[in-house]
Order: sequence, then structure tokens, then C-alpha cells
Amino acid sequence: MKFGVVVFPGSNCDADCYHVIKHVAQQNVEYIWHKQDDVKGFDALILPGGFSYGDYLRTGAIARFSPIMPAVIEFAQRGGPVIGICNGFQILLEAGLLPGAMLRNRSLTFICDTVNLRVNRADTMFTNQYVKDQVLQIPIAHGEGNYYCDGETLKRLQDKQQIIFTYCDTEGRETAEVNPNGSVANIAGIINERGNVLGMMPHPERRSEPILGGSDGLDIFLSMIEWRQGVSMR
Amino acid sequence: MKELTYRQMGLLDEEYQQIKTILGREPNYLETGMFAVMWSEHCGYKNSRPLLKNFPTEGPQVIQGPGENAGVVDIGDNQALVFKIESHNHPCAIEPYQGAATGVGGIVRDIFTMGARPIALLNSLRFGDLQDPRVRQLFRGVVAGIAGYGNCLGIPTVGGEVYFHSSYQENPLVNAMCVGLVNQDEIALAVVEEVGSPIMLVGAKTGRDGIHGATFASEELSESSAEKRPSVQVGDPFMEKLLIEACLELIQEDLVAGMQDLGAAGLTSSIAETASKKGLGVMVDVSKVPRREEGMTPYEIMLSESQERMLIVPRSGKEDRIAEIFDKWGLDAVVIGKVTGDGLFKVYEGEVLVGEVPVAALTEGCPVYVRQGIEPPYYKELQAYDINTLPGYDPQEALLKLLASPNIASKKWVYRQYDYQVMTNTAIVPGDGDAAVLRIKDTIKGVALTTDCNSRMVYLDPYRGGKLAVCEAARNLACCGARPLALTNCLNFGNPEKPYIYWQMQNAIRGMADAARALNTPVVSGNVSLYNESKSVGVLPTPVVGMVGLLQDISQRCTMSFKDEGDIIVLLGRVRTELGGSEYLAVCHGIEAGEVPDPDLQEEIQLIELLLELCRRRLIKSAHDISEGGLAVTLAESAIKGRLGFTVDLPGTSDQAAQILFSEAPTRVAVSLAAKNLDTVKSIASQYQLPLTVLGRVGGRRLVIGRSDHMLIDLDLEQAAHTWGEVLACIMK
Repeated sequence: MKFGVVVFPGSNCDADCYHVIKHVAQQNVEYIWHKQDDVKGFDALILPGGFSYGDYLRTGAIARFSPIMPAVIEFAQRGGPVIGICNGFQILLEAGLLPGAMLRNRSLTFICDTVNLRVNRADTMFTNQYVKDQVLQIPIAHGEGNYYCDGETLKRLQDKQQIIFTYCDTEGRETAEVNPNGSVANIAGIINERGNVLGMMPHPERRSEPILGGSDGLDIFLSMIEWRQGVSMR
Repeated sequence: MKELTYRQMGLLDEEYQQIKTILGREPNYLETGMFAVMWSEHCGYKNSRPLLKNFPTEGPQVIQGPGENAGVVDIGDNQALVFKIESHNHPCAIEPYQGAATGVGGIVRDIFTMGARPIALLNSLRFGDLQDPRVRQLFRGVVAGIAGYGNCLGIPTVGGEVYFHSSYQENPLVNAMCVGLVNQDEIALAVVEEVGSPIMLVGAKTGRDGIHGATFASEELSESSAEKRPSVQVGDPFMEKLLIEACLELIQEDLVAGMQDLGAAGLTSSIAETASKKGLGVMVDVSKVPRREEGMTPYEIMLSESQERMLIVPRSGKEDRIAEIFDKWGLDAVVIGKVTGDGLFKVYEGEVLVGEVPVAALTEGCPVYVRQGIEPPYYKELQAYDINTLPGYDPQEALLKLLASPNIASKKWVYRQYDYQVMTNTAIVPGDGDAAVLRIKDTIKGVALTTDCNSRMVYLDPYRGGKLAVCEAARNLACCGARPLALTNCLNFGNPEKPYIYWQMQNAIRGMADAARALNTPVVSGNVSLYNESKSVGVLPTPVVGMVGLLQDISQRCTMSFKDEGDIIVLLGRVRTELGGSEYLAVCHGIEAGEVPDPDLQEEIQLIELLLELCRRRLIKSAHDISEGGLAVTLAESAIKGRLGFTVDLPGTSDQAAQILFSEAPTRVAVSLAAKNLDTVKSIASQYQLPLTVLGRVGGRRLVIGRSDHMLIDLDLEQAAHTWGEVLACIMK
């Protein structure tokens, strides 16, 4: 399976994602420079974390106009798997591939920590290696991860089971105290209706090897590989 | 020139006379400015150079010692670490966010200028009393500035230290350290050899910010310092990120003959330093320099400290490829001058020559002052303080008070704002060990990093305090299983023209040098920050040590937390009772005095070797050195981090309980180990001739310290954890 990691100027988790795909998941992976305008030959795309274009406007607001983005959008619309992590999630929101917007963290400070995440669905192309309601430990590192959407959108996300990851305690309870940034309904990650575009604030690539404290994040990438093998067998 | 003018630029009357002699005429305004910044303490080290000569700088592990942008040490496999620490104290006193942010930016440029990929940041911070709202504002701003810049660059901030003392009330210390990784055959040194080579400037446009920043950094802060806000630069981490990627590409393709970042004293300094090494000259045309605003004078352009700029001297014939790479990253590179053979620094504005000075006069010509230090009266007075006159203090109360002291309490409020995991190398994260440990990808090696300085100890006894700082850094690395390799230092002192301050410098440096020599951790880079005073009172002398160490096998790393119920807790090193300079005296008795405990360097070496062997043979499960707060705090921290209590039977006699619990005497580490390994550990310790005391066992939910006859401390683990964990966040709310 061939992954593409999109590199915007200011991306800084691009090398981390590349490392996990190539050396841990042992798949093909290439960087895609933001000035390219096609994504031919890739089976899945990763929009990595970082501060694209410095994020001096709104996070992701400028990256969304990058030359590569029309190709990313088209790839997603054709059903190709796209995962946006942290800044990548913010870009997906700005590009309209996922609903909602990001606000500054409730604390108004950057937060780097390892949090508990509940897996709300284990039947997607990104989560098929997990068990439903499993609690994962995954790091976060962001200043604007306070996901916001209006009530109507939230209801739709809930009805269509698009809320994939939520912040929770060790027992899986979504309490206000364990919500690190103030996001609506403890949302940490959502998927589009079709199920092929995932945006998440936590960094699975930072929790994919035992030396970094665990491998809870690796299963997201392994899920994508598993899904792809299923597709090619069909 | 009017006396007022050159004095305002920071030159002394005799220095101005010297310049006139060198030039054989009166210097013009631009030339005077160029001399003033290059001869400032910040650039020229005119007060500290004679003292710095005492440091050991060589060893088989040293690839590059002081004199380049950063030091370089060998870590095997053709790899090397490049590292340096630098201060940005005065800018932070005026504008904490930008001051701290640009401090990070500056030290990162020093590292990638050497061709290394920056892999870690650390910072050593000192602030006044947090009860003062202005101090809280400075603290908040500095932390946010470090976070804002470092996080955006994608370089993890993995370690450091924060201390509070009233002497820093108006003059905080903000020292940033950066560590880079490089292949030994790709190390870039700023050497320019070819006459006629073009000089390119790349990165941000030049503005009026930071003019005379180096001079500002070399004088005392005063009421009018706020007016110097324009001397503080504004950072653009995004631009810096592009520069890192572009410059590392240039080096990988071997396209540059010389590369130099623009830091203090801007174009003047970086051009002079590039040319001076081979005795060459330069001509530069300021009208070619891309500017942020119109109407800038040659003086402003040559002295601007606008951030995120690099000077590049291409290898001949490589200019086009260089332009291509910069274009890819959206950066503008322009040729602003060329290398000449006449040894002169000529500044043109278009066709007009506006300044001409010998390069060597700016660099090697900088005057050097050997001053006389005088022992201050406080030294003997405070040493003589008699600990036996202390009133009694309940040990449990004392421990709680210490855990709640901002100097000891968890720094999570700080490091939570730093991205310490990006690059996916951080194997021991902040708060988990005595040092940070990073893996080196594609190897089984790890590197350990720390910064240390107990400035109260240095104040009370600069010589011993200097030794202590080096020993503690080395011990912290060894507690993680890493062999100490080399150090960088940032020497923060008051006004060196005052004999008492100069005496502090002399003795602290002597102490650091003696310890560095004994522990085989040479000084490979560093920075000096003097004139750290406000209202004419110097800060506590704060010579910060940044040290790097190597783990041959990262799976042998050790953290500070207790791991399993029933493990044995052992003190490696002597049971000691000295309380001089301790946090206990300061917090519980309001006393900052006493004889500073003297580190025995031979014993320190034995302890380090013992720790390394215990880690190598995987015989210990945790290690945490005894420092601020003494043995009681060390044990409490291991318990809190491991969420496991302990029961300890305190050695010594009962009238010495407080001394044994709270002494900060060095060369001691509390470790925990499986009971079955105790005999082996004992026999290894005796091979290293190091005393060992079994203290007790890990387990339960309480911190219990007693003696056979009575209980001293019996504290709920959750209560201790809450006190220690939340204090800083509560104060900063």
C-alpha cells in the first residue's frame, strides 16, 4: 500500500508520519510537496501536523488554498482514504471536507499531554483494528483543538455516527474534567459521512512504538492497510 | 564625535580613543556603531575572555570546542551532537514573549548553521517571587514565547529548569539550549577562503528592530529600559522553519563554502566573523539589502537585529542551484557583497563608500579587561551561620511546605505548553526522569540532556557552587543511564566592573572548570550574560550548565518513578547532614546561609560509574538524585511519579532527623530495586567504594518515614501528589 504524506511549508509532523508508515507499518510512503497538483498512484493520504504557513491567520486557513488541495479534495470525493492529524484536521475543516471549526483551547495555552480516547466505532477503515469502546492513550499537542460546531451539525454527526474518537477518563466516561481543550461533546476526531475522511487532533504517529510509551496509535494505520487488503481482494 | 553619542552606544572614552588610533582619524557615526556592538560584552567577551581560558575544552570525544557557532561531540557511528546554550535575559525583562521567542530562534540558528538538524530544545529560567503580579506576567510571557516559537518549528522542548528568587525580580534569566544531530562528514564550519566569492543574504527582510540589542544586553537594566523596547526583536518562527529546511538542503548538497546566522549585532557581526577567520576582507552594499521599511540609514541596516536571516557564501558555480532551493522554500536570497583580499570591511550605499574599518579591529581588536575580584563581606558572614541555633520544625510540615515551594513543585504547568514529543524521539519525557532522553533513530543509542544550576549555592560559595552545578548535571545524566560527554554553559552574572561580582565570576568559573576536568566533561561552547542587575543589585550568580550524555543502548534507560510494590529503596552515597544553602533553610526558616556542602569529585566519579553499571546490568528500577529539598523530597517525587508509597527507616541519630531528611549535600542518589538484586548491588557498590544504605521499601498509599522509636512523616500519597502537582498551576491561574 502506498501512502502519501502532504508537506506544506510549516508542516512539522510530516517526517514522523513518514517514519511510522515506512519503518513501523512497513509500507510504501512518499512525501507530496504542496506545489504538486496531483496525487496519482497513492492509495491513502496523510495531512500531517504542524503550523502550515505559520498559521498566522486561522489554523489551516492558508494551507487550504495550496496547489495540492484540489487534488486532495478530488481524491477524497472519489472515496480515497484521507487522514488529517492535528493541523491536518484543521486543514480538512477549512477545506470543507469535514464539518465544524476549531477554536483556541479553553485554557488559551498550547497543551502537550497524553490523553485517553474512546473509540466509538470499530467498523471504519481507520478503526477496524480496535474494539468498540476501547480506551486508547494518545498524545495531543495543539493550541487550537477546541472543536466547535452548531447544534444541528452536532446532531447530524451523532445520528450518522461520525464522532469516532472522544476524550474520556480511564473507564471511557466522557466527562468535562477530562476534556483537555473544551471541544463540543468531547470530540477528538470525526469522520465524513462516506467514512473515508478522518480528522483527529491527537497524534497516533507519536504512539506507535513501545519506546514512546505504547503502540495504541499504530492501529489506525494498520486499520487502513487491513481495509485496503480487503478492497483488493474483493 | 560628541562624547554623548559614543557613550550612548556603550563605548568607554578610552575605547573611543583606541578606535581613533586604529583608524588614524575620527570614526563616522556608522563606524562608531559597528565598533560599539562588536566591542560590547555580548559580542566581544571583553570582561570574561581571560576567565573563560580556565575551562578544559579538549577530550577524545570533542570534535569542535569553543570558537564556532556551537560545540560538537562524537557519539559514534559517524554521528555527532552539536549544542550550545545562550541567554536572552534583557529582552525578556522588557518584552517577555518576543524576548523568549527570539532567544529560541537565535540558538536554533546557531545549531543548523553548523549543518546539524536541531533535535531538542531545553531552557533554564529564573524569575522573581511569584507573589508579584509583574513576575507572573513575565513568567507567563516567557513560557508562551518559548512555546510559540519552538512548537511551530517542530523541535521538541524536552527539558530544563525553573527557579524563583527575589534577586531576579526585575531581571529574569532566560537561557535557551539547542541540540542538533549531524553526520560528522557534514559538519559545516564558517570558513570562507575564496576572494571574490559573493555574499548572499537570505530570509527575513531587514527592519529597524533590535538596533543595538547587543549593547543593550551589555548594560544594567534601569527605569528607562522600557524605552528600549525597540531593541527587542520580533520573531517569525515560520520563516525560521523555512530557513532550517532550505539551509540543511544546501549543506546536504554541499553547496556552501560558509554559512553564518545573523544574531547579535546583525550584519556587522556575521560578516566580520565570516571574514576574520582567514584574514580576508569584505565589501557590502547596504542598498542591496531587502528592507522592511523605507528610509533606513546604513547605520540602521548594518546594526539591525531583525531575526531569521542567514548569510551564505556559495561554493563557486553553485549560486544557481542555491537560488533554486531557496525558491522552492519561497525564500528570497540576494547578493549583498563579496569577499575581498584586503582585510577591510567596506560598507557602501550604492556607489558611495559610507564606512571602512579593518575586519580584525572589530573582532580580535576588541579590548580585554582583566579585573581584580574582591571577596565580598557577605561570604564569610553567611558561611559562619550556625545551623545548631535553628529552632525545631515538624518534619511532616516541612516536607509539605517544600513540596509546595515553586522551586520544587512539579513544572507541569510549564512543560505542558511545550511540544516535547514532536519528532517522535522522546523516550524520557519532562518530569519522568532526572534528564530528558531521546532515541537516535536507526540506532539503539540514546542521548540524555539536562540543564542545572543551584544559584543559591553559587551565591553562598561560588567555587563550590560552580562545582556543584557540573556535578549535578553529570549525576542527572547518569541517573538516566547515560555517560556524561561534554557541557555548554551560560554564565549569568551581574556587573563585572564591580569587584565583588567579578570575584563571584572568577570563583564560579574555577569551580566549574575543576569539576569539568575531573569528570571529563569538557566545555565545548557557551555564552556569557553580564550586567544582570536591577536597581544596582546583582542577580544571584547563575552559571547554568547544559550537559549531554550518551546511552549506548537506550533500552537501559532509567526513570525516577518507583515501579513495583515490595522493591527495596537504597541510598547510594553517604548519609549526610549539611543543611547550608538548602531550600529547607530558606522555605521553613527564612534563612539563606550556611556552609555549602563540598562535592568530592572522586566520589562523584565513583557514583556515576556505579550508576552506569547498575543501569547497564538492569539492576535498578528507578534512580533520582538528591538535590533541592533533600532526601525527603527525592523519595516523595519518586513515589508521586510512580503512584506508589513507601516506608523508610531513617538512618542516623534522632537529633539529626531534619538534617538527614533535608540536606542537599551532593553525590547521592536514591534508587529502587527488586529485593533479589540487593546483594548484587551491594557488592558492586563496594567495588566502587561507595557507601550504600538500605532505606526501606516501596509500597502502600502513604509516605512513611520513621525511626525505630518514633514516626517522623506519615503522609497520604494523594495529598502529597496534589500539593506538589498543582501548586504552580494554582498560582498562575
